[in-house]
Amino acid sequence: MDLLAQVFNGLGIGSIYALVALGYSMVYGIVQLINFAHGDIIMVGAYVTYVGLVMAGMPLWAAVLVSILFCGVAGVLIEKLAYSRLLKKGAPRISLLITAIGVSIFLQNLSQLLFSSSAKSMPAMFPNGMLELGALQISSNTILNIVTSIVMMIALQLLVNKTKIGKAMRATSEDAGAAKLMGINTNSTIAFTFGVGSALAAVGAVLYCNTFHQITPYMGGMLGLKAFVAAVLGGIGSIPGAMLGGYILGVAESLTTAAGGSQITDAVVFGILILVLLIKPAGLLGKNVREKV
Amino acid sequence: MAVLEAKNLGIAFGGLRALQDVQFSIGEKEIIGLIGPNGAGKTTVFNLLTDVYVPTEGTITLENQNIVGKKTYQITQGGISRTFQNIRLFKDISVIDNVKIAMNFQMKYSVLSGIFRLPAYRREEERVDKRAHELLQVFNLDEKSEDLAKNLPYGQQRKLEIARALATNPKVLLLDEPAAGMNPTETKELMETIRLIRDRFGIAILLIEHDMNFVMGICERIYVLDYGKVIAEGNPEEIRNNPRVITAYLGGE
Repeated sequence: MDLLAQVFNGLGIGSIYALVALGYSMVYGIVQLINFAHGDIIMVGAYVTYVGLVMAGMPLWAAVLVSILFCGVAGVLIEKLAYSRLLKKGAPRISLLITAIGVSIFLQNLSQLLFSSSAKSMPAMFPNGMLELGALQISSNTILNIVTSIVMMIALQLLVNKTKIGKAMRATSEDAGAAKLMGINTNSTIAFTFGVGSALAAVGAVLYCNTFHQITPYMGGMLGLKAFVAAVLGGIGSIPGAMLGGYILGVAESLTTAAGGSQITDAVVFGILILVLLIKPAGLLGKNVREKV
Repeated sequence: MAVLEAKNLGIAFGGLRALQDVQFSIGEKEIIGLIGPNGAGKTTVFNLLTDVYVPTEGTITLENQNIVGKKTYQITQGGISRTFQNIRLFKDISVIDNVKIAMNFQMKYSVLSGIFRLPAYRREEERVDKRAHELLQVFNLDEKSEDLAKNLPYGQQRKLEIARALATNPKVLLLDEPAAGMNPTETKELMETIRLIRDRFGIAILLIEHDMNFVMGICERIYVLDYGKVIAEGNPEEIRNNPRVITAYLGGE
């Protein structure tokens, strides 16, 4: 039963990775860009929640809503200001990647300037209790994380597969040139994708704050990297893949810690990535796409 | 009255003048051919008409409105639609969704009503679904509506491209080598389909094609391009007997 409890713990943390991984995966799917600034959007989301909840004393729902909206808009703005021109001019991928790293450093320094580099502590946001299922004890926060991530994934799947903006996203991702000729405004479709990805990161940020109670300007670094690993592990570009990758990572971490290896959790995480990619280079649920030469 | 008209159209790539002083006009419900030897600039004309390239000189008017400088998607929404020389379907998307994507801009509902499936969403999706199936029926593709586009045989992929282009509700349809890679039976069938499209949808069609039987058999007027210039214009009979055209194709002495 102890093992099962650890698995649930892992799924709880994994849900946060999964939410962030969705953003990586969506943006990669549509413009083939690894948006390294995405991890820092979580940090932005966390600080906006902090400002709303602690500094401005907003009710919880308002603080969460403001954070999600703020990150969504920030995502669109970052795309418009930093990437849009490069994409339009057909800049090489490496320029986009360097720009992404630049945006990441900018966001970290901005928040350091605004909030200082020392950690801020977040109050508990949602009431936390232990649910007992027979001998199994699970914290309600863990359940909250898992349920939220699943709901978000389903909503995203519906958005992508069943709505017109989703069709525009899929068309742009397959062949942006042809999509334009079918009357699709690919620029706004790409901006929308960044917005949705960033809004999901904000949801992840809220869950993170509720789970760890501490935020710093650099929190996006490792968290973003792990979410990126989750996205690649699951098959970058695939929505269920990003979720699966996040869960696997979370569970692997939690089991490693439980086995007394808390020093080597990161090594285990990246080790899993290397192993999976050796066997399945496109990731667990990724499609084997041969790049056109 | 001309639906689509180009005047003094030209484009230079660096020092190379790919098109120079190109003029043409397409009337309502006309089927027009654009022919010429390889490298004459035919596909470049299509690319100028759809803002894939921006002309260095000249004007293009669609129903008396200048469209030079408009964005590609705006031109499509305005009524020019096209197919490609090398098929460019959305390969990993179903046949029906390929068509629906082209109707995307005609659908009016917000993202929110999409997520929450409000009546506006359902109404619009139903309308588009019905029209998409109707279009597929015209091309006998309806049975394969749920297949991925990449799994269709070549001839059907070509048809699907035309169906997708029609889904944008064009006033002018541009077909880039629609008969490429088709056998004589398929080509004949395609000629009938194109006439049917013109009659049924009431649109003008401009097509690039190398198959002379096809062009002569279906086009009411033909423009001939050579080295980026229009060297002849007329009905099939006139073009067939035009000495400049014969020289361009067969070489002069």
